Amino acid sequence: MPADGANTHGKLLTLTLQVWRQRDSKSEGKFETYQAKGISPDQSFLEMLDVVNEDLIAKGLEPIAFDHDCREGICGACSLMINGEAHGPDRGTTTCQLHMRHFSDGDDVVIEPWRAAAFPVIRDLVVDRTAFDRIIQAGGYVSINAGGAPDGNTLPISKKEADLSMDAASCIGCGACVAACPNASAMLFVGAKASQLRHLPQGQPEQHKRALNMLNRADKEGFGSCRNHFECEAACPKEIPRRVMAEGYRDYVVATLTRDD
Amino acid sequence: MTAATAETTQKTSTKSPIDYPLSDLKLDAKIPSGPLDQKWEKYKFDTKLVNPANKRKYTVLVVGSGLAGASAASTLAELGYNVHCFCFQDSPRRAHSIAAQGGINAAKNYQNDGDSVFRLFYDTIKGGDFRAREANVYRLALNSRNIIDQCVAQGVPFAREYGGQLANRSFGGAQVSRTFYARGQTGQQLLLGAYSSLSRMIEANKVKMHTRTEMLDVVLVDGHAKGIVTRDLVSGAVESWAGDAVLLCTGGYGNVFYLSTNAQGCNVTATYRAYKRGAAFSNPCYTQIHPTCIPVHGDQQSKLTLMSESLRNDGRIWVPKKSDDCAKPPDQIPEDARDYYLERRYPSYGNLCPRDIASRAAKVVCDEGRGVGPVVGGVRLGVYLDFKKSIADKGKADIEGKYGNLFDMYAKITAEDPYKSPMRIYPAVHYTMGGLWVDYNLQTNIPGLFCLGEANFSDHGANRLGASALMQGLCDGYFVIPYTIGGYLAGQTGGAVTAEHGAFKETESDVNGRVKRLLAVKGKRSPRSFHKALGKIMWDRCGMGRTASGLVQAISDIRALRGEFWDNVQVTGTGDTFNVALEMAGRVADFLEFGEMMCLDALHRNESCGGHFREEYQTEEGEALRNDDDYAYAAGWLYRGDDKLPALAKEPLAFENIKLSQRSYK
Repeated sequence: MPADGANTHGKLLTLTLQVWRQRDSKSEGKFETYQAKGISPDQSFLEMLDVVNEDLIAKGLEPIAFDHDCREGICGACSLMINGEAHGPDRGTTTCQLHMRHFSDGDDVVIEPWRAAAFPVIRDLVVDRTAFDRIIQAGGYVSINAGGAPDGNTLPISKKEADLSMDAASCIGCGACVAACPNASAMLFVGAKASQLRHLPQGQPEQHKRALNMLNRADKEGFGSCRNHFECEAACPKEIPRRVMAEGYRDYVVATLTRDD
Repeated sequence: MTAATAETTQKTSTKSPIDYPLSDLKLDAKIPSGPLDQKWEKYKFDTKLVNPANKRKYTVLVVGSGLAGASAASTLAELGYNVHCFCFQDSPRRAHSIAAQGGINAAKNYQNDGDSVFRLFYDTIKGGDFRAREANVYRLALNSRNIIDQCVAQGVPFAREYGGQLANRSFGGAQVSRTFYARGQTGQQLLLGAYSSLSRMIEANKVKMHTRTEMLDVVLVDGHAKGIVTRDLVSGAVESWAGDAVLLCTGGYGNVFYLSTNAQGCNVTATYRAYKRGAAFSNPCYTQIHPTCIPVHGDQQSKLTLMSESLRNDGRIWVPKKSDDCAKPPDQIPEDARDYYLERRYPSYGNLCPRDIASRAAKVVCDEGRGVGPVVGGVRLGVYLDFKKSIADKGKADIEGKYGNLFDMYAKITAEDPYKSPMRIYPAVHYTMGGLWVDYNLQTNIPGLFCLGEANFSDHGANRLGASALMQGLCDGYFVIPYTIGGYLAGQTGGAVTAEHGAFKETESDVNGRVKRLLAVKGKRSPRSFHKALGKIMWDRCGMGRTASGLVQAISDIRALRGEFWDNVQVTGTGDTFNVALEMAGRVADFLEFGEMMCLDALHRNESCGGHFREEYQTEEGEALRNDDDYAYAAGWLYRGDDKLPALAKEPLAFENIKLSQRSYK
């Protein structure tokens, strides 16, 4: 639905960007400086990068690669470290939902990829987060096949438990928790899945084994251990609460003590 | 005989300003005989089965990992088939199904309010303006109940009542409450459920997952789909994959409009490439313009954001009665100066009338000069969605509990607080009902090529009701394809064709040729700028209102733009690296061809139905005027060459269980 004229609710911004450029996982990366000009405060951060990329292409230069897809804060693809903060300065917000009204004319903005051994850089600001998929593959599910499920109302679930489950389930798997953590721990991510399923009767038969398997896989993938900094909770765009980590660890400890698998 | 070899007659149509040939290919829907409510049971008994021990001899290629793709891949793997699943995203969990907000319908009748399988079937056929196939829709309504059970068993945290039972809400086009939801993130939770099942099968080595891998062609061997050719988006490697069947679960083509509620990566390439290999493309002009989206704010905008239809349960839609009031803040417009136009025009459904009707009504009031919000391009394109009454009646906590995340999203994007002042909304492209033609088996006219979810055309006719897309994707993947694919595979020898076959080398060479051609243009204009220009043509001429003259103009404009693209597009970088410009250019190149076919389809259909509104065909009250005598068919367009118009094949639609009638929501 293209519009003819821009409508802006404020002065257009000019920003100086320091952007991490890296050709591929094997090459050395470095910062490059770009000017972002004529940016409306109503644009999103990624729309600002679109403008910069259009300028680069017009000059015959390769655009900055960054992950993005839904641009409405739910797919979890976008993943930028903006001035040292995962997803930038606005709390509870993904990069794609960060609007330029949070910046001022003349600002310097440093843009980096997620930094973690388990998230190697693919190109520029794009990192490989398939380690998260492998953690889920280790046990982040209820082991049932399609077909033959009982009626959905057979087991009542209290609204309170359903809400606790949903709070954890809203994780989008973006990896901001890992990027923000001094130890690059994936505990908030693991805890979110463990918590979602442990609050539902359907998830309880595998509750302890699930946490054990996912945490063991996280170790193997090279994520660090949780040291209770809680930077993850502060960076999480979905505001997943820290209690999910305690729940995940509790199930892990029970599994190691009881070996109930 | 496949479409690729189908003879076309020289007979041309008479009613379209552009002559296209008619095909003599018969699109046989293969609907089982018998009464409507027994067809699926009968089919399941009659269809051939593959013995459990033999399933491992077959390989199925699933393209796409959204609700349809992930549910199909995991379920086929659970049954014992070998599955390869491909997605262009970095993880299957990011497919765009994840962004669906409001809910999923199911004929559970938990509310004791008169729902039934037949009523869901009836609402869907009527909502689709009598342009969907009865047998498929009935099967969808029947299986809807199993989907909820399956998702609950997976650990999907659906909303619950205090007594522990599943909660429901209402959606447009229905007078019962049958929509299940997980806050405003239903699509996310259903997709993560399917993704968790898929992950379990990946761990079991029954599914091999290929992320950041884009399908660029289908490989046909003796007229059967036996594989695909992909490009690895990281290394640039073009590779062949052989299988015994191919499932396209690649979503819709709404991004042909550039601005839509779709994710940036959504594209038509997979289905369009299948079309160019002979698959019929059905009803491409049926697109859904969703009534409740955040209005456009400027020309650097890259996407439009939906505000869930569920908001219409508690929000009231209005504009000022007089255009003089439009510039005033909403709280200074008194109650008697407001026009609650949906409640006025459609008293029995009110704010919950179907999407196509709500969207057109918004366009009408804005075209009359009664739109609200900032002036963009000389007009105010927005209407109010007001929660003041609901907040007063039910309390802020109740509204926050139901829609909190949507209100937050609105506030983030607009910097306005919807608890205090009404939201501003305007229609935006959201979903595409058209797609590859499929029969009752979900098989295209190319044997072995199946199409599931939004990518096919079968269930929503000319307009989709809210909370039905999630239902269809999961129905196709969990409960339909596991049965229907057996009927095809039982007649095939598993693993008979490998990627060593010459057809794969030929197709690879075609794909490599296209990549090289894009890189060789070295022009001045970015792929995005072409996409934007195409989007403007499509929105202006093939959007909410269409005319014959406008569509003829659009076709000519698209051809000119396509010509310029191949002379002047600038694709930087090389083919053997991670190259975002190249990715985008390939998708835009396909949209530039596909858009023309959409306009041709809209031009040929001399009637208005659902989301297809031809301004020449409307009732005195401005409602869509169907022409059932001439157009009660599904159109299937068949490729004949780059320099020729496609040929039209028709599947007549028989309505044996519901009487064809003028839709009324008054």
